[in-house]
Amino acid sequence: MLIATALEKRFGPVQALAKLDLAINAGEFFALLGGSGSGKSTLLRMLAGFEAPDAGALTLDGQDLLPVPPWARPINMMFQSYALFPHMNVAENIAYGLKRAGVAAQERRSRIAVALDLVGLQGLEARKPQQLSGGQKQRVALARSVVMGPRLLLLDEPMAALDAGLRERTGLELRVLQRKTGAAFIMVTHDQQEALALADRIAVLEAGRVAQIGPPQEVYARPATRFVARFLGAANVLEGRMQDGGFESAEAGGVIASGLPAETIAIALRAEQIRLTGAAEAPCTTGILEDVAYRGDDWLLIIRIQGGARLRVVHNAPPPAPGSVVGVAWGAAAVVPLFA
Amino acid sequence: MRRAVLLAPLWAWLLLIVAAPVLILVVMAFAIPADGVPPFTLGLRFAAFVMLVEDFYYAKALLAALRLAATTAGLCLLIAYPIALGMAGVQPRWRLPLLALLMLPFWTGFVLRLGAWIGLLRDEGLVNHLLRGLGIAEAPLPLLYTEGAMLAGMVHAYLPFAVLPIFTALIRLDPALWEAAADLGARPARVFFSVTLPLTLPAAAAGFLLVFIPAAGEFVIPELLGPPEAQVIGRVLWQEFFQNRDWPLAAALALALLALLILPIRWFQRLGAGA
Repeated sequence: MLIATALEKRFGPVQALAKLDLAINAGEFFALLGGSGSGKSTLLRMLAGFEAPDAGALTLDGQDLLPVPPWARPINMMFQSYALFPHMNVAENIAYGLKRAGVAAQERRSRIAVALDLVGLQGLEARKPQQLSGGQKQRVALARSVVMGPRLLLLDEPMAALDAGLRERTGLELRVLQRKTGAAFIMVTHDQQEALALADRIAVLEAGRVAQIGPPQEVYARPATRFVARFLGAANVLEGRMQDGGFESAEAGGVIASGLPAETIAIALRAEQIRLTGAAEAPCTTGILEDVAYRGDDWLLIIRIQGGARLRVVHNAPPPAPGSVVGVAWGAAAVVPLFA
Repeated sequence: MRRAVLLAPLWAWLLLIVAAPVLILVVMAFAIPADGVPPFTLGLRFAAFVMLVEDFYYAKALLAALRLAATTAGLCLLIAYPIALGMAGVQPRWRLPLLALLMLPFWTGFVLRLGAWIGLLRDEGLVNHLLRGLGIAEAPLPLLYTEGAMLAGMVHAYLPFAVLPIFTALIRLDPALWEAAADLGARPARVFFSVTLPLTLPAAAAGFLLVFIPAAGEFVIPELLGPPEAQVIGRVLWQEFFQNRDWPLAAALALALLALLILPIRWFQRLGAGA
């Protein structure tokens, strides 16, 4: 539906987008995941029409979007700051876009009612934005863009300003809303949990490029690059090279895996797939337990292995005391070879 | 006690600069005109105030001053909005230089700047010279000593007072508000009238009053650039003080102007409390 081809954008010395390609399908919940400076916000603003690319093409259902000004694009955006008009009440905020589109007063009223119903804010029509809680403001901003019935809804860090407690529920509601409206949602976020939990597909952006694109399970289980593995946060990345069929890593103190493709330059090891070895089992390597953090369901262990690398290990039973020497092991299937 | 000590210099200043002159004006307004220095003797005479009410000339001068001040303030707002929007629209590092440019005329003397206007607008001035050189006018156009010349001088002198509050209000707004309006289908003009203007209206009112209040008492600009019939209160005041040497009448006039301006000053203070 939306196709971006070789988009480029430079702000002075900063290359915000570098020949970025992206295709987004109708009706999917898509997450643009990346750190600050990855270009995710620039891309979103470009889709809305607030930034023009230096080069590249952008089409929506075959129509060239680039010459279309923001006010004429069939795309709506929910802003990170919500950008509710402070001099208008909730109903007036939601009516703003409908008025610009020339929707008659009667239809306006019924569509506002439907939108408020969708986000669960019935009865707050007359409130001013200053009289709303953070969560309520977020819903008004959502209703204000959803009421326009866009084919494509852009969400800029939609939950960044919410309390942690509210985030999970709001995220699930967001996905229900996406299913109900059938619009494609593109959500920009720096929070990998949020992206993994909500999106049908994720694009991980790095330095203005798409580092990896795919369903959450795939991106999480099979990171394509060291950057993606590190950014998703769950995996340990060990650098090294293939020699005589074994993966030799100086920071891991020797050969720690085998049978990987010859061009492997690093491996990713998920923290929950590493276990401490008992007395009867030969470890893959040994190390010193440096730190232990209790997380409720499990413990997060930091183990400094031979060679100096620190492994993050998720452990399900009370761990040995910090300072102990421990053996760690993993199955061959847990090793993900990385080529970039 | 500490508070009183801290505030003492302020009270002393207000007493010296505001209360004492007003008191002197009040005493003078009730005094009896006389030949001498000063040209009055103390007394309790209401003739000056009676004169203000009976002679329509003074009421007209007050009205003319208010009209000139309102026109000036209105024109300043019209010009200030595009300037403030432009200044708020650039990258933050360019704002200070632009602000300095806006204040640049104030680095030269006030009367000198009026002299420049006279040089531009007089019969043998630059504008008339150009108009005749281009064949647009055959004889010099009467530009100086007109309503237009006076307004140009007034707007030139007071414009920054209108720009600054609007600029300050604009840079406090979340830029996403304009983008949200555009995103919802509003063209730039619609964004201005439905979002920018309503949200900066208090600042615009403050700018209007910041121009209106001092402009109402203005005397130099109408005197140097305006037509002879522009008898605003400032000019009349000056004439009563220095030509007719009727100090009680002049003092009464000054008090009348002050009384008229108290309302807009109060309004301005209320705006300040609200912001």
